[in-house]
Amino acid sequence: MSNQDFVRSLPSGAGLVRQRSLYRWHLDPPLLLVLLLIMAYGLVVLYSAVDRDQTVFSAQLIRMGMAVVAMLVAAQFDPRFYLRWAPVLYVLGIGLLVAVLLVGVRVKGSQRWLDLPGLPRFQPSELMKIAVPLMLGWYLNDRALPPRFKHLVVSLALIALPAGLVIIQPDLGTGLLVSAAGLSVVVLSGVSWRWIGLAVLSAALVAPGLWLFLKDYQQERVLTLFDPERDPLGAGWNIIQSKTAIGSGGVFGKGLFEGTQSHLEFLPESQTDFIIAVVGEELGLVGVAALLLAYLVVISRGLYIATQAPNTFGRLVVGGLTLTFFAYVFVNIAMVCGLLPVVGIPLPLVSYGGTSAITLMAGFGIVMAIHTHRGW
Amino acid sequence: MSRWRHFALVFTFLTIAAVLVGRIAALNINDSAFLKRQGDARSVRVESLAAHRGIVFDRHGEPLAVSTPVVSVWIDPSATRLDANQRRALARTLAIDVTQLAERQQLYRNKSFMYVARRVTPDLANTVADLGITGVRFKREYRRYYPAGELAAHVVGFTDIDDRGQEGVELSFDKHLRGIAGRKKVLKDRRGQIVRDLEYLAAPQFGNDLRLSIDLRLQFFAYRELKSAVEHHRAVSGSVVMLDVRTGEILALVNQPSFNPNGISRIDHGAMRNRAITDLYEPGSTVKPLTIIAALESGRFSPNSSIDTAPGYVRVGKKLIEDPVNRGRISLREVLEKSSQVGIAKVALKLEKRAVFDVFTRAGFGTYPGSGLPGEVAGRLSDAELNNPIVRATMAYGYGISVTPLQLAQAYLGLATLGQSLPVSILRLDSAPEMVRVFDERDVRALVGMMQGVATATGTAPKARVPGYRVAGKTGTTRKVGATGYDDSRHVAFFAGMAPVENPRVVVVVVVNEPKGERVGGGDVAAPVFARIVARALRVLGVAPETEMGRAV
Repeated sequence: MSNQDFVRSLPSGAGLVRQRSLYRWHLDPPLLLVLLLIMAYGLVVLYSAVDRDQTVFSAQLIRMGMAVVAMLVAAQFDPRFYLRWAPVLYVLGIGLLVAVLLVGVRVKGSQRWLDLPGLPRFQPSELMKIAVPLMLGWYLNDRALPPRFKHLVVSLALIALPAGLVIIQPDLGTGLLVSAAGLSVVVLSGVSWRWIGLAVLSAALVAPGLWLFLKDYQQERVLTLFDPERDPLGAGWNIIQSKTAIGSGGVFGKGLFEGTQSHLEFLPESQTDFIIAVVGEELGLVGVAALLLAYLVVISRGLYIATQAPNTFGRLVVGGLTLTFFAYVFVNIAMVCGLLPVVGIPLPLVSYGGTSAITLMAGFGIVMAIHTHRGW
Repeated sequence: MSRWRHFALVFTFLTIAAVLVGRIAALNINDSAFLKRQGDARSVRVESLAAHRGIVFDRHGEPLAVSTPVVSVWIDPSATRLDANQRRALARTLAIDVTQLAERQQLYRNKSFMYVARRVTPDLANTVADLGITGVRFKREYRRYYPAGELAAHVVGFTDIDDRGQEGVELSFDKHLRGIAGRKKVLKDRRGQIVRDLEYLAAPQFGNDLRLSIDLRLQFFAYRELKSAVEHHRAVSGSVVMLDVRTGEILALVNQPSFNPNGISRIDHGAMRNRAITDLYEPGSTVKPLTIIAALESGRFSPNSSIDTAPGYVRVGKKLIEDPVNRGRISLREVLEKSSQVGIAKVALKLEKRAVFDVFTRAGFGTYPGSGLPGEVAGRLSDAELNNPIVRATMAYGYGISVTPLQLAQAYLGLATLGQSLPVSILRLDSAPEMVRVFDERDVRALVGMMQGVATATGTAPKARVPGYRVAGKTGTTRKVGATGYDDSRHVAFFAGMAPVENPRVVVVVVVNEPKGERVGGGDVAAPVFARIVARALRVLGVAPETEMGRAV
């Protein structure tokens, strides 16, 4: 990488020295800063949500550390490494997904975990959130853009295979995220608006048919969305409670550790998927808005990096990963405030639980790698 | 990527983000008040703090009803499932049936409240707490305890399991005795455990104490004597009322049968009824002194006026009024001493039509005594048929009207005060209430002199004599109304009187309902009870003997 290229790629001359030093570590300072802020914010909220439980808190702290390490490591690889290994990663991922279906560990009725000897227990579906955009980037990299119809079909198949394997685990949430990751790459690749319009239309037509394929509890969740009061103590409980928690916070919230709904166990899953309700109750609208703003900064920075990428693979992968992140945020918050049915999607970098944080941060590591490596 | 595509994407994000923020803002701002209330509705509860009832004392400060702290053990069956071991431990500690506990737990499984045991001692509750079974909760309550037991059961009454007065002064002074439960706002978690006390809304206000006019010692004598008389004569029931002549206070009020207010296992209306104020009797000859008042007031009679009772009966209209024997020509004094029906009827028929009725009314018949006990009745005294000589004649010896033992005592109180009426009271009074003159003092003084003759060897109640004191009174023996008119086999025996004659201190009325055996008259059944109670009462009250002890007058 020549020095001249480096200078040209900088957004501005400000902070040149600092950026240069971080660039040497292949990190993107704005992105890194905001991600760390979100994680710190999340840890504070979580500390309150778990009622100052030191054990749980330190477990999360360790996971967040691991996630940061994953990002640091992922950022060091040359993007060409990812390009070269994308198909292998993809095939490996598919293999693991099949393995999950065959020998996976069943937790709470879903077979999502793989317990391989010598390795910590993990969810292969998480891997696919990164592998699918990489694979599509790899596939579309050499093709003429916008992709021809044939290529489009192949792309969709590449998405549908892992997404389907995840959905039948069943893990609808992750399946949707995997699809979102892949589809966003396809959309970014410049598919004509006509095709997109057609896809949305047919999806709308097929949607009622999908109803039949939903499991009972999933149908229940959709019905609950439209009328939480139909079963206030059962299916509707979560959503009513979370709305109550958010709403009772008001503009400035009740204060950290003061949220009655979450601390008194009225709000289920308060430290995992529904943690935004704790934010809403304790830190109010201001707290939620600040968090959302941080997420938007991450997303816009991601999209900016995508536009700066030197080739199709870089653009598509960065764009796809960013949009996956966006899907996380959007689906989770929409679910908690009763705009979408309840699907198990955590609030990125804030919810308790490590796997998704590690995957996400590894994804941002790849984004940074693409952004900071030059001349490939 | 085209510029348009880029723009469209950014626009989509911003739109979606705006929707999310808008939604949360809507929840936070628009619905904030509603959802805040909803939030509080889930977690903020107002707890009540038990306040104990006031103590009921007798006139000298002996406790008649006290509240002792107890603890009720409860669980929330919807949140807490006791397993078999826990149930066994609970049942063994609390001495309850383990299968029944299991059944109730099953029955209440969807409810959020179930008593495991109510009102156990604080010690036992501590033992239960030491079992360390999660979900077993405790509620502080107060239990009413009645030290005097069945002695004062009808006067004091009792409360139900929720500490509300049901009978006696517990009922009539419920508001006064009852504490006002305090309230505090607390924060509860989803399982109903109190997490934090938020604020005290009101401190518990303990109930006010109540001091009754009852003298527990006199109550005890009255109770013991009545009970033994009712048992001895195999009577159905009985009542004794003792009034303080100076104040109108009820010193003793007992009934047979009675009940134990500390262990009410079933409702026995017969035993729980406060017969002295609720049961109506035809008072019979006990009202003859009042008729004689009417005679004296007319000015046509004096104690020595001669009345011809020969030949031992008199026909009034279709009614034949009889004496047991032909007493011939006797004085008005003797009419009372011998309790001559013929004599008193002849006297009454010579008076103004309303004369006897008026005296009865002034004596308090037909109106509520207003003692402060619940369930008083006014009795029957009607002036509708005073034109009928039969009605006037029978009313003169206490038939055709009805009174309660308390009313009878109140009437005699008017005689003992030498013609002044005063209200009766179940509460201890600091000073005597205002008296209202209802009879002429000279008439009453003359009458009391005549009434002394009753408790003499020549009167109807020699057994009413009290060693060391002179007493004045009157017997009564009435036949009860059966299916076909008056029943010759069922009687009520009365004795009503006062002592000592000079400056009377107490008025006592004894009623024994349906005594059995050879002798069922007031002189034989009720008078001895009167004598024994009065003898004890005067000694306890410190009334100096008027005559040498042991010499009957």
